[in-house]
Amino acid sequence: MRRAFCDSLVRNSHRDEFVFLTGDLGYGALEPLRASLGARFINAGVAEQNMVSVAAGMARNGTRPWVYSIAPFLYARAFEQIRNDVCMHRLPVVMVGNGGGYGYGVMGATHHALEDYGVLLTLSGMRVMIPAFDSDVPSVVDQLFATSSPTYLRLGLSEEPKGWSTPPFAGWRKMCSGSKGTIVAVGPLAGGLWGLCESLASHERPNLWCVSELPINELPKMFLEDVRGTAVLCVAEEHVASGSVGSSLASQLGAIGCWPKRFVQRLAIGYPSGRYGSQQFHRRECGLDPAAILASVD
Amino acid sequence: MSKVVSTSYPDVVRRLMKMHYQSKTGHLGGNLSALRMLLVLYRDILQPKDQFVLSKGHAAGALYVTLWSKGLLSDLDLESFHKDNTLLSGHPPAEGIPSVLFATGSLGHGLGLASGLALSKKLQRDTGVVYCLTSDGEWNEGSTWESLIFGCRHKLDNLCVLVDLNGLQGFGTTNDVSGIRSLRDKIESFGAHTVEIDGHDEAEIAEALRLPAGDAPRFIVARTVKGKGVSFMENKMEWHYLPMTDEQYAQAMAEVESS
Repeated sequence: MRRAFCDSLVRNSHRDEFVFLTGDLGYGALEPLRASLGARFINAGVAEQNMVSVAAGMARNGTRPWVYSIAPFLYARAFEQIRNDVCMHRLPVVMVGNGGGYGYGVMGATHHALEDYGVLLTLSGMRVMIPAFDSDVPSVVDQLFATSSPTYLRLGLSEEPKGWSTPPFAGWRKMCSGSKGTIVAVGPLAGGLWGLCESLASHERPNLWCVSELPINELPKMFLEDVRGTAVLCVAEEHVASGSVGSSLASQLGAIGCWPKRFVQRLAIGYPSGRYGSQQFHRRECGLDPAAILASVD
Repeated sequence: MSKVVSTSYPDVVRRLMKMHYQSKTGHLGGNLSALRMLLVLYRDILQPKDQFVLSKGHAAGALYVTLWSKGLLSDLDLESFHKDNTLLSGHPPAEGIPSVLFATGSLGHGLGLASGLALSKKLQRDTGVVYCLTSDGEWNEGSTWESLIFGCRHKLDNLCVLVDLNGLQGFGTTNDVSGIRSLRDKIESFGAHTVEIDGHDEAEIAEALRLPAGDAPRFIVARTVKGKGVSFMENKMEWHYLPMTDEQYAQAMAEVESS
């Protein structure tokens, strides 16, 4: 997704107010942006706390800063700067965390972002975007240039089946219709599931929804119909239970009396075997691989 | 249009004492070490295009009375200090006072914020200087050093930083707690321009603030006395915390009056 991200930012580099700060990362991906932005591309060094404070100061004077790092180095290391300097002042800083969930795979636990959006959504005014596909990125980037609130952009890998045409970006998208339960997948996790669901006979398919924008403000009417019309609702996400989309969804469904008959969450549960591997390895360990998620609505 | 109330130091320090006494609020020590610098900055230096960040947010009282002296806050505002339904919280607020750009109070944020203001001015080819006042204790914070590195690397010659070197921090002397000695030398070693002054001498403060910009941020390391001007507060760590009793208030006001 980084290439699509870089291309989209290059397309916006004519905006004089646009500045990009990186925590010394982006090798092999962001060079075109650096060339395009010139002095407005700032390598802030391995100093994420200062980078976020600087971004807040720049936003206060009318620029539109984007700050970029490996996800946990940004939201965890610089949390107080995000809280105090950006969110308390409602400044339009876009914080880009690369490698959402287990995205950095075998690089290890320090590089994983398992609690990013849950933590950040505790902050006032924070908005989170989790594009599912490369094709979402241009639209998301355009939206973020137009927004006035602090935003966290969680980047991952685009996982749509090869050659498939993806639907236009939306906060909620229905990817597949069926009768065998309803699944909500957050961000890129929807891609692999989508491929698997479409390979099934129609009576074996679930309703599959992809969520890409948080917090959830309004639930689509069609989604509520799916919840009411099926025997089980499963929410799958590469995130821990606290602050999860599943928790938020359960409380919102409860508030309007739309109770699923059965409610299942598939979550990042850390490192159950104590071993490390690829993103797919960790998903399998957590029951977050497409087959396991699908089995949960059996 | 704001109306200047009084920019004489005795008037402003008395107003600070009264405000803290009435609200039974501590933090006076670090307010008194910084007040003279704030007053000179606001009275003699700041121009409309300039900006200021109070990184040592616990000196909010000194900032509030300085703004009052310039007519930017009213007596009514100061009367509300530290009380329910006030804009004047114990540390500067995020919103509600136009001349306060940022909520500060957690140390180690202000220099980065000021650096961002300064860098955006340079990129936008805007004029004006960004001033920042840090404590000495907040040089314990790694983020402050990150900001120093950043400011020097990006040659923020429109950034001028006052360091209130009062030698005392939350639970000990700065030397005992951090072991950092010769802060000026350390700051200078990163490429900043530095000068050391008496932070209670108005002429020295003004002269340092007027030094021409070079090709790097300027740091004015100001030797100060925590609790300056009040005998029982001077160089006493506890005056980071204590409110004044009736007797202490009367004595403090008398000492300020006679000085």
